[in-house]
Amino acid sequence: MRNKKIKNYLFFLFVLLVTCHLSLVTLSSAHAAIEIKKEVLENGLTLLGVERHNLPIVMVTVGIKAGAVVEPEGKAGLANLTAEILTEGTKKRTANEISEEIEFIGASLDTSGGDDYIVISLSILKKDLKAGIDILSDIILNPSFSQDEINKKKKQIKGSLRGREEDPGFIASREFRKAVFGTHPYGRMTEGSPETIDIIGQADLLGFHSNYYTPNNAVISIVGDITMGEAKGLLKNYFSGWQKKETKKPLLDKPKQIDKKTVITVNKDITQANIMLGHLGISRDNPDYYDVMVMNYILGGGGFSSRLMQNIRDEKGLAYDVHSFFDARKEAGSFYVGLQTKNESAQTAIEEALKEINRIRSVEVSDTEVNNAKAFLKGSFPMKIETSRKIANFILAVESYGLGLDYISRYPAYIDSVTKESVLRAAKKYLAPERLILVVVAKEGKASLNELK
Amino acid sequence: MVLLLMPFSGYGQTVKEETLPNGLKVIALEDVSSPLSIFQVWYHGGSVNEQVGKTGLSHLLEHMMFKGTPRYGAKAFSKIIQSAGGIDNAGTSKDYVFYFQKLAPDRLNLSIELEADRMQNLILDPKETLLERDVVMEERRMRYEDDPQNLLYEEVVATAFKNHPYRWPTIGWMSDVSAITRDELYNYYKKYYSPNNAFIIVIGDIDRGSILSRIKDEFGRIPRGAEIKPIAVAEPEQRGEKRVFVRKEAELPYLLAAYKAPNILDDDSSALEVLAGILSGGKSSRIYKSLVSEKQLALSAGAEYDGLQKYPFLFYLYAQALPGKSIEEIEKSLYEEIEKVKTAPPSEREVQKVKNQIEAAFIMGQDSIYLQAQMLGIFEIIGDWRLKDRYLEGIRKVTPQDVQRAAKKYLIEDRRTVGILIPMKAGSEK
Repeated sequence: MRNKKIKNYLFFLFVLLVTCHLSLVTLSSAHAAIEIKKEVLENGLTLLGVERHNLPIVMVTVGIKAGAVVEPEGKAGLANLTAEILTEGTKKRTANEISEEIEFIGASLDTSGGDDYIVISLSILKKDLKAGIDILSDIILNPSFSQDEINKKKKQIKGSLRGREEDPGFIASREFRKAVFGTHPYGRMTEGSPETIDIIGQADLLGFHSNYYTPNNAVISIVGDITMGEAKGLLKNYFSGWQKKETKKPLLDKPKQIDKKTVITVNKDITQANIMLGHLGISRDNPDYYDVMVMNYILGGGGFSSRLMQNIRDEKGLAYDVHSFFDARKEAGSFYVGLQTKNESAQTAIEEALKEINRIRSVEVSDTEVNNAKAFLKGSFPMKIETSRKIANFILAVESYGLGLDYISRYPAYIDSVTKESVLRAAKKYLAPERLILVVVAKEGKASLNELK
Repeated sequence: MVLLLMPFSGYGQTVKEETLPNGLKVIALEDVSSPLSIFQVWYHGGSVNEQVGKTGLSHLLEHMMFKGTPRYGAKAFSKIIQSAGGIDNAGTSKDYVFYFQKLAPDRLNLSIELEADRMQNLILDPKETLLERDVVMEERRMRYEDDPQNLLYEEVVATAFKNHPYRWPTIGWMSDVSAITRDELYNYYKKYYSPNNAFIIVIGDIDRGSILSRIKDEFGRIPRGAEIKPIAVAEPEQRGEKRVFVRKEAELPYLLAAYKAPNILDDDSSALEVLAGILSGGKSSRIYKSLVSEKQLALSAGAEYDGLQKYPFLFYLYAQALPGKSIEEIEKSLYEEIEKVKTAPPSEREVQKVKNQIEAAFIMGQDSIYLQAQMLGIFEIIGDWRLKDRYLEGIRKVTPQDVQRAAKKYLIEDRRTVGILIPMKAGSEK
């Protein structure tokens, strides 16, 4: 409930820590060892546990494959609305009772929609765990979806979509995903649009919940001051009434590749051009995934160690934030370079970004670059699992992407296998300047982009 | 005050401090539960030390600290840390600037060598300075010029204070930033970046003795600098509400009301912290229930007490309107909630809830070495890292009557500055 706008701002050197851009995949070192235990319960619910007794706290994350990819296109936003409304009342608790119970014990219980899966997280003191799991199971198994709460939540989501129009970065990414993924669910906002949100009814929510909120479609990770035995006992007590159910998932076509350059401009009365350029990327299960990660680290994923940052920020002073990212998801992915620069220098910054994309596609990277990238990707792994909250989220992702429980021990070898040659191959294969989609949100007339059109 | 709701040491670990002969204090905490360690250097050198016309110096200098020394050339710092599997960054606020690295404990030597080196040997190349100035101007465009709510925040703070240097933004005014010279930065660096105006925080699975001796080797030979006196600028008493408006291309009206409030050194601060929790600590809190849930006027609304400052600062109320709702009605509803607290003390249960929230957040925050370091650092900047213990003790003692009293004393119209963002339609400006 706290508002970021009125925090007495801390001004960081760089907008994001580099690790934010490496998604869920990094690790190594004996230090980082954690023991993940896994068990599939009778009703098909997968339990993952890691014991950690440094503090009397327990972090729980539930992932359910009930994201936007399984909702009907005409009802875009249904998956998100279902997730968001879980905490707004159950058959035995009102919305107020849920928040009062959770907040009185200093716990937090949050739900969030997503494209591949929705996530519910509970952070709680060990002494209150039973009460927390009781409410957690209640909101997953018995949400009431009352008409009143539906109306309220719809109004809030629509209002927040409207509010986000104030953020040029939001507009750029919305236009970009639409252009890259087209009619694939990844191409639309997880929240849907005001029009599709309007036509979602109570029956849609009930049906969606009954079809996709099933134990065999869910993973729960429990990390902290708790043994696997205790965790299992709790799930037996509170989740055994959850009935297995098979639901056929809609078949999705892969997003279509667009074989020409596309330029999309949005006029807004702002001082900076917000720029995204890129195209389809790779899915998480792509065999070249690690070559791509190392390549992208060198290009624009590695913060101050990256070429884009060095060129566009350090040498030319054109931007505060410039980065590149391969967003590799379950079904597909995107690649993009993102930056903000004053309207007048939009053209120059775009040209420099293109130069770097072309360079990494045509000339091998240096030994130092590839070695430094690999050293970071391996050495920074412990940051993925340094707190119980991070571990709970991490092991859930490992399970959801089918990486295997021994992923942590196999990871260093994946990175070790990357070479200068494989980086060049990956750059040639997965960077395609001839079919770049360019989105520019800027003040019309000030940012001249004529040559690119 | 999100930061306050964070870490607190108490689970078997003890913080130890030692001060080197040159005045550099080292605050160390062994925490074996983390695979990583954190190393921070803090300087009493935030924007509060700047002068009119020269705002933004502290923050630009923070950027320049990554631009090299004779020993390690330009742009080397982050590359060295990253290729050791670590991350690094730095932050500037009104009171302080701090630098940190997070990396494996056996790599702490790198931090110690690099930080000691740039405490004394920064090059501040003139050409690099000009480029980085441009970068900071881009940062300012991104964070303020193109962000209507932040623009309003900046306006409200600049209006609430008329004399105290808290009135200007940490990043500086655009025209000031654009005119900062290399020599101004160099003089500022020489004045504020001395061991006796700094302290180190190191946390992780470390051997305190050997870390300390490495720190002494590298930092011990840096000479003590001139003593920096705390600023002696007082803010005159406010005698009436101030109002300010920002018209800008935006979608939804937004309101920010800021009341002058004491910092955590004041006995009333605990009650103000609990008051903020009662008004705004989650969906069961008063403002959310009233404005967001029941009346459905606001997309988001709440309160925040910003007491973790060296000098007295602000207590805020804020709300972003839902489409079609009037900001006047929202403002009225916010004040109604304040009047309720003034008229009758909150219930025992409400107060207990906020205490539970703060205690739980303290315990959970200890899982992160970064948050633990932040907590110690901010308290040390304000006066002494040990204040964190006093803080929690203070919270535990708060009664419903204390909360009511604090609301009556501080949340009054005459001490208030209200800012309203008036959204303009695209194209209607100029």
